Amino acid sequence: MITKMTITNIHVLDQDSAYDFYINKLGFKLVDDIPMGPETRWLTVSPPEQPDLQLVLFPVTVSKMFPKEVAETLIDLIKRGIFGCGVLTCNDIFATYEELKSKGVEFIKPPTKEFYGTEALFKDDSGNYFSLQPLNNFDNENNI
Amino acid sequence: MTADQYPKIYLYRRIVQAKVFIDKCYAEKIDLNNISDEAYFSKFHFIRLFKSIYGKTPHQYLTSVRIEKAQQFLQQGKPVTEACSLVGFESPSTFSGLFTKLVGKTPSQYLDSHKERQSQIQQTPLAFVPGCYAYMHGWKENSNFEEAEK
Repeated sequence: MITKMTITNIHVLDQDSAYDFYINKLGFKLVDDIPMGPETRWLTVSPPEQPDLQLVLFPVTVSKMFPKEVAETLIDLIKRGIFGCGVLTCNDIFATYEELKSKGVEFIKPPTKEFYGTEALFKDDSGNYFSLQPLNNFDNENNI
Repeated sequence: MTADQYPKIYLYRRIVQAKVFIDKCYAEKIDLNNISDEAYFSKFHFIRLFKSIYGKTPHQYLTSVRIEKAQQFLQQGKPVTEACSLVGFESPSTFSGLFTKLVGKTPSQYLDSHKERQSQIQQTPLAFVPGCYAYMHGWKENSNFEEAEK
């Protein structure tokens, strides 16, 4: 029986830049930052209130996992903003939007009332995008 | 509804401004009056709005930021007394009590366990990486970086 997800990947173009984005802008917590040779490291973060889920900030570099052609294609797709990495939950979408925007996070869509609830979309520093939604997204009156 | 249309945008911006003020100035002597002044609100109105957005009172949030930053200073190898003063606590016993309450360990225990973990990482970094990742990255084949650490 599967019990939970513990580790998942976010493919990034640059780990230093991703570190700054996820830690200093999104407010994620650093779990591990372990050098694994001269050019790469094991870098994982967790959402602030979800310490048992590690997101691996996974660099797309030529390796056993990514032959040159695959790496180049993947980098191109990430830059073009093809990959949606999931839904991030917040207490208050309007306040979170204002704060992230003030920190320079690029939003594709501001908080918008959709038929399924209120949602905003933003991109990370590589080009991956996330949906931002309030904790209880069935309640569209979730504001001050 | 777009960002420019959502209700009471100015309220959100002021509360966010106050929250960011706490994030930046946590080490200074700030009290609720400083923070509510930052948001241009009366103290009680400010507390109510802040809690409705962040689920904590401004004071509880300030404490949580200070303890979070203290953990980072301890991770950087700062002694407990220095971490205490760097995050704006004047009383070590108050700091220690709040730290223990929020983190579940005393500052000294936290520092010791962090040092122990760092030591283990230095000795066996691959023990902290799931084997499937290490294999796919080729880290298991190339142990030169482990040698370099010794």
